Amino acid sequence: MKISQEEIKKIALLSRLEVKEDRMASVEKELSDILTYVAELNELELDDVEVMAHAVPLHNVFREDETKPSLDHDLALSNAPEEEDGYFKVPRVVQE
Amino acid sequence: MATIHELHTKLVNKEISAVELTNAVISHKAKVEPVVHAYLSDSHELALASAKAVDEAIAKGETISPLAGIPGAIKDNICIKDHPTTCASKMLENFIPPYNASVIEKLNANHYVSLGKLNMDEFAMGGSTENSALAKTANPWNLECVPGGSSGGSAAAVSSGSAIWALGSDTGGSIRQPASFCGVVGMKPTYGNVSRYGLIAFASSLDQIGPVTRDVTDAALVLNAIAGHDSKDSTSIPGQRVDYTKALVNDVKNLKIGVPKEFFGDGLNADVRKAMDEAIETYKKLGAEIVEVSLPSTKYALSAYYIIALAEASSNLARYDGVSYGLRVSADNLVEMSTKSRTEGFGPEVQRRILLGTYVLSAGYYDAYYLKALKVRRVIKNEFDEAFSKVDLLLAPTAPNTAYKFGEKINDPLAMYLEDICTVPANLAGIPGISIPAGMSSNNLPIGLQLLGPAMGEETLLRAAFTFEQARPDCQLVAPTGEVSL
Amino acid sequence: MSSKYETVIGLEVHTELKTKSKIFCGCTTEFGGDQNTHVCPVCLGLPGAMPVLNKKVVEFAIKVGLALNCDILHFNKFDRKNYYYPDLPKNYQTSQYDLPICLNGHLDIEVNGETKRIGITRIHMEEDAGKLVHSGNTISDSNSSNVDYNRTGVPLLEIVSEPDIRSGAEAKAYVEKLRSILQYLEVSDGRMEEGSLRCDCNVSVRLRGTTEFGTRTETKNVNSLTGIQKAIEYEALRQAKLIEAGGKVDQETRTWDDAQGITLGMRKKDEENDYRYFPEPDLVPIVITDEEIEAARNALPELQDAKIARFVSEYDLSREDATILTVAKVTANYLDEAVNAGADPKTVSNWMLGDLSKMINENNLTFAQSKVSPENLAGMIALIEKGTISGKIAKKVIVSMWETGKDADTIVKEEGLVQITDTGAIEEIVKQVIANNPQPVEDFKGGNGKAIGFLVGQVMKESKGRANPGLVNELLQKFLKD
Repeated sequence: MKISQEEIKKIALLSRLEVKEDRMASVEKELSDILTYVAELNELELDDVEVMAHAVPLHNVFREDETKPSLDHDLALSNAPEEEDGYFKVPRVVQE
Repeated sequence: MATIHELHTKLVNKEISAVELTNAVISHKAKVEPVVHAYLSDSHELALASAKAVDEAIAKGETISPLAGIPGAIKDNICIKDHPTTCASKMLENFIPPYNASVIEKLNANHYVSLGKLNMDEFAMGGSTENSALAKTANPWNLECVPGGSSGGSAAAVSSGSAIWALGSDTGGSIRQPASFCGVVGMKPTYGNVSRYGLIAFASSLDQIGPVTRDVTDAALVLNAIAGHDSKDSTSIPGQRVDYTKALVNDVKNLKIGVPKEFFGDGLNADVRKAMDEAIETYKKLGAEIVEVSLPSTKYALSAYYIIALAEASSNLARYDGVSYGLRVSADNLVEMSTKSRTEGFGPEVQRRILLGTYVLSAGYYDAYYLKALKVRRVIKNEFDEAFSKVDLLLAPTAPNTAYKFGEKINDPLAMYLEDICTVPANLAGIPGISIPAGMSSNNLPIGLQLLGPAMGEETLLRAAFTFEQARPDCQLVAPTGEVSL
Repeated sequence: MSSKYETVIGLEVHTELKTKSKIFCGCTTEFGGDQNTHVCPVCLGLPGAMPVLNKKVVEFAIKVGLALNCDILHFNKFDRKNYYYPDLPKNYQTSQYDLPICLNGHLDIEVNGETKRIGITRIHMEEDAGKLVHSGNTISDSNSSNVDYNRTGVPLLEIVSEPDIRSGAEAKAYVEKLRSILQYLEVSDGRMEEGSLRCDCNVSVRLRGTTEFGTRTETKNVNSLTGIQKAIEYEALRQAKLIEAGGKVDQETRTWDDAQGITLGMRKKDEENDYRYFPEPDLVPIVITDEEIEAARNALPELQDAKIARFVSEYDLSREDATILTVAKVTANYLDEAVNAGADPKTVSNWMLGDLSKMINENNLTFAQSKVSPENLAGMIALIEKGTISGKIAKKVIVSMWETGKDADTIVKEEGLVQITDTGAIEEIVKQVIANNPQPVEDFKGGNGKAIGFLVGQVMKESKGRANPGLVNELLQKFLKD
């Protein structure tokens, strides 16, 4: 399975990562190698097999509807790169 | 060799105080760390304060827990309140969790002493600890070799004596493989046996915290302290607490041990193969029945593992966007800020895995990759179930090779992934596994023997591992730097 | 144009659930509160934190599903919906994708006296996002934004309809009915203005008589019932005009500008349609048994349709009155409570639709907050029936009851409003009025029956409204004949 540079750009946008132009060729090769390897799963006939999304077959794990103390306000913001009036501050949401 | 259980006896008999012990390990650490670099951060003051509290308890004649006052260390992907938790990433270099992981709460209740946080592959992604963005950890047996990974710091610290025990995490072999490379014991418990709350996720359906120790008894003691149901982790298995030390019985008679032929393929190093043959002979002599079994889909485990792990990772690591914690690289608008922060904050392997994980989940590829992988996971689980209906345990090498030189594989990601072939099946199936020292290679590097058991079969694993350890003192070697003088 | 084109509408309604704590952690769901004070490692999406599902959310979802005639899935699960937005701390929303808790339901609505069935495709549980506060006047002229995560993790149900709705009026009726059901079930406040009920409108148009769907747009940010109707009508007309002019409708997300009364296109993102859903590994599946579903069904409260039917058959109310009195459960409860306190249902209904509604609306309250309790209303009605006060005096009494919160008995005594039923006392006034008003008396005697009305009025006035009107009439007739 070869991945195209076009596709790399698309998944990079989805992943909020930038693949620099000078790295593009090597990323293309690395990803293609790995995808080619894992595409071996297509050899298998798996139509009747149920998926397994969890390692343990648990179900119905709930908590009661009870409130617990929240974090102290200062602690909640203690790792904030930038804050303003008790808010997390971020740069403009809309791009030019 | 200083172990938890020996040191505990010394503490209780007042041959040494916890403060003296802690100071001794701190001085030893000062000697070995400049060459091993297992640690990312220290907490000596806190360690000494905890040790002092343990001494006071001993002085009052109180019963102390087996772990109390014995200096250990924690892999740096487990959150400790008010202490840096970095995942060996520039992204979290300055991150200080406002809460404790559940295992830390449990260790606190055991009066644990921690000397600091241990190096790892960034976000636990890798098998050599070379992917750490913050430090380069060496193998105490050969400083030119990698310690394995991703819990390389945990294995190197225990092997070099800068910690008596450590916690690691295992997503595809990240406890067992470095334990094997460094000649120590590493155990991945059953998925759900140890709470993941506060473990910074790599792949949530595969991750599990476990002990790295000097011997099997210590593994049981650490497991006793950290295992058990936790209501904060929805995937935690409910049930009564188990005393794993009760499983330390020197007897494997009546045990049926399966040898899955698929784990002994062409890529297996000759020294490793020889050590496995010897281990099989040992078990035979001890009265265990050895049976050849087949897990035919093992060859597909690696592909299924990487697809699932990377898919989950791409989502788990989406939260590092520079908004409310972690690295922020400033930019004019939000998308650019997040993109720059992530591109600078994550190393190349983490970025590669995020891209791949995003790809296998994206429209048009989901069915071909992710869905197939979840089905293969079921097939592999069923094959294990089938095998465990015939045998009590499975025996296999932990890794196809011994520790390799720095830089040897780092530029070939796929080759690096292929090294995980022996360890990933247990994570896919959620079953427990343990790696114990099984001898040395011709170039004097440790070899690990892996035992796998059915879900919640930790007791059988510990029993078989303990019996092997008792029968083969020749395998219980201490790294050149590893003897702590008390 | 409106006759040439048919509008096809499907609605996605998001409702916040009235649980005490959030869906995956113990933080309070309380509205308001200082920014970032109702947060913890879980809802802040801190590294290592893990969700645990609030049981109540599942119970509420089952209730809503049953009330909307859905199948409850015996096996359902959570998935992650992956997309970047700063109000979403993990950059994925924990939601349900291919196996939601409810499927295949319907809701019957009434428009222009006709009943129409609207299909419900699915209902799923998910977490709400936080709030962004922009520094500029609008999102586009802000240099920065501030994020508050208090709302993050408040439980939501998303209720998705089939594209069965054909007009803005139908859409409004659908949401109104849905809101009533959510309120009847006591799972949601249904306050659109506060955002506890939100509606996304999928609208397309097609030539009447054709069966294929046109390209649809999704309009967000509609926060009132009338807004829903207006936004849909605007959007349908916009699309029809576009097609008539030879243009093509873009599949896009639009936003409703209530002030201008128009929909506006939002910036398109390349990635919009690739949410990369996959099973949430941190939460385990939910298994619901038939027994649990039956128990939930049996515990469902009486809903509006059943209440209307009962009010018509048992209380003898008109269908219109019954409908108005059951839109809000609290209103219907008020009626039931007053009736249980011994009052005649029709009389209660008249007071509720008349004087009481007026006072409640003027004060912006609901019947649950009425200052005249149902028991006190029933007490006042009893006084009218006993003849202690007249209907006219009652109109004063109810105002005093509203103002003081006292019961009718007390007010009537305190204000001396007891009806004069003493024949002697009324006779005195009647005689006086006859003596003072010779002309109307003549008129009456001359055959103008209406003139008696004036004379009754005069007697009532003289008695300050306290004379029993029946007695006044009787005595006037008697004396005028003499």
